[in-house]
Amino acid sequence: MSEINHVRNTDATTSSTPAIEIDNLSVWFGHGHDRVDAVKSANFNLPTGASFGLVGESGSGKSTILRALTGLVKTWQGTMRVNGHDLGKKRSKDFYKQVQMVFQDPYASLHPRHSVDQVLSETLSLHKFKNINDRIEKLLTDVGLGPQFRFRYPHQLSGGQRQRVAIARALAPEPSILLLDEPTSALDVSVQAEILNLLTDLREEQNLTYLMVSHNLAVVGHLCENIAVMQNGEIVEILSVEDMRELKSTHPYTQNLLQSSLGFVREEC
Amino acid sequence: MNLLEVDNLHVQFPTRSGTFDAVRGVSFSLGRERLGIVGESGSGKSLTGRAILRLIKPPGIVTADKISLEGENLLDLSERQMRKVRGQRISMVMQDPKFSLNPVMRVGEQIVEAYSQHTRASRKEAKAKAIEMLEAVSIRDSERVFRAYPHEMSGGMGQRIMIAMMLIPNPQILIADEPTSALDVSVQTQVLSIMDRLVQERGMGLVFISHDLNLVSAFCDRVLIMYGGRVVETCRADQLYNAKHPYTQGLLNSLPRLDTPVNRLQVLQRDDAWMTDNPQLDDKPDDLTQPHISKTDAETP
Ligand SMILES: Nc1ncnc2c1ncn2[C@@H]1O[C@H](COP(=O)(O)OP(=O)(O)OP(=O)(O)O)[C@@H](O)[C@H]1O
Ligand SMILES: Nc1ncnc2c1ncn2[C@@H]1O[C@H](COP(=O)(O)OP(=O)(O)OP(=O)(O)O)[C@@H](O)[C@H]1O
Ligand SMILES: [Mg+2]
Ligand SMILES: [Mg+2]
Repeated sequence: MSEINHVRNTDATTSSTPAIEIDNLSVWFGHGHDRVDAVKSANFNLPTGASFGLVGESGSGKSTILRALTGLVKTWQGTMRVNGHDLGKKRSKDFYKQVQMVFQDPYASLHPRHSVDQVLSETLSLHKFKNINDRIEKLLTDVGLGPQFRFRYPHQLSGGQRQRVAIARALAPEPSILLLDEPTSALDVSVQAEILNLLTDLREEQNLTYLMVSHNLAVVGHLCENIAVMQNGEIVEILSVEDMRELKSTHPYTQNLLQSSLGFVREEC
Repeated sequence: MNLLEVDNLHVQFPTRSGTFDAVRGVSFSLGRERLGIVGESGSGKSLTGRAILRLIKPPGIVTADKISLEGENLLDLSERQMRKVRGQRISMVMQDPKFSLNPVMRVGEQIVEAYSQHTRASRKEAKAKAIEMLEAVSIRDSERVFRAYPHEMSGGMGQRIMIAMMLIPNPQILIADEPTSALDVSVQTQVLSIMDRLVQERGMGLVFISHDLNLVSAFCDRVLIMYGGRVVETCRADQLYNAKHPYTQGLLNSLPRLDTPVNRLQVLQRDDAWMTDNPQLDDKPDDLTQPHISKTDAETP
């Protein structure tokens, strides 16, 4: 696909190693007539400090790409590199110090019998941090939850509060790469604004790299510079956020997606 | 008569430092309409929905002057009668869809079971119906999904499966808690039009909990705005952008916009007075003699 190569070349303006390189990645599940080719030959690169969005159809393979990167899916082929290192089938503890993921489904990603305190202190002690107490308080404050939530269990939290605990847990090891799967889709817009501002600040302060899935184009447009559009397992187009805003896309699916999102916003505001 | 009337609903949880009032005196009525509920995370939206279905477990405490479904006070029903209400008259799509599906049962079996319980259809009919429902919510490979387990579904597929299941009993009221939060626009449109049809054609009442203000404004007839366990404002959905309450205004200002990018998003400056001052009820929610005209100009039956 010519447009993909084109964008990859302009991405390579920094001479240093990219934070994430995905080359010809295919991921599948099941076999026989239940086989799903969830990701088909995906290609993209993220320089360190970049923020890249994955958008597209529900079921098109967005979460699967993130899950393959974090080692949660074993059935893949192609090349994935993080900070220049080839990824194999297993991930080391050191990998999780660099790369953290916020899952789409916060309820499933939190252990039902672990309190917020346990979740965060476990992660912090695994990565050998000191002053765990202070760090927990700071993390909770950063994601807009006060210390009063520290000893709650997941079922005692609202959907958005759980999502913020999951974000705090991902930030805890101070990773350099964050994989964010619909990080704000369970949040009301005021909390969403706080989290997006926090992510912007963190990126400025620590040069973090973000790979973010979202179906909300306004959110992707706010946080990312480039986006890949997926449909039915394929990346059909990679384009810059400026081009997205100006509806400069070449693929009919992207055009349709942009038009319905923008049309909707313009008509209603 | 209104389908549902909720009067002075309270939900409390005992905590180490005293009682936590999660819902504080919520009152509203629902006709054969699309009623949106928006509001801050933790403001009590989901608990309000769950309390109506009496799904809040001890130590949580629920009280209300009344929660009446077509005149019948749900608070007076036995647990057994309540189960019938839940199965047939009021359905709820929970905020964590995959969590509400049975993880060890194939998706198709779950739909077939729900359908057979309700209709006594043969297995073959039930299966055909299940496939049809999956396709209605834009699931591409319905045969595979029929045989799959919930953990094999994407986030948005889980949501659509739950919606398909909840519509099986043909409920009088559907409470949908963030039902489309993981869906892209085109699939979202599809799912919304299914719900819309049920409201328009069968006179279902829809409670649509969502944090997507653009969507609620475009799709619903009326909106309740919740803050700190209370309804702080209600308005016609198409008037949401002119809402008066400073909290509602703050919400609107914190939206990122595709067409007008900014470096930092505005965040809400919360005010303690919002916890106590009087709600603004501009749309006279109880005056159902005046049908609510929706933007589609469709008539509410
Ligand atoms: N563990 C699994 N076993 C079998 N199939 C799976 C599994 N996980 C995902 N799939 C399938 O892979 C496809 C892609 O799923 P994925 O979760 O990546 O979609 P997505 O783009 O994140 O969608 P959404 O926006 O709805 O979350 C889907 O068809 C899904 O059913
Ligand atoms: N079992 C419980 N024990 C104690 N507090 C609870 C319990 N369940 C919910 N809460 C609290 O009640 C408040 C309201 O919760 P609810 O789930 O209704 O919020 P919500 O408005 O749906 O928020 P969201 O948009 O984040 O889903 C929250 O502050 C939550 O922490
Ligand atoms: Mg997903
Ligand atoms: Mg909720």
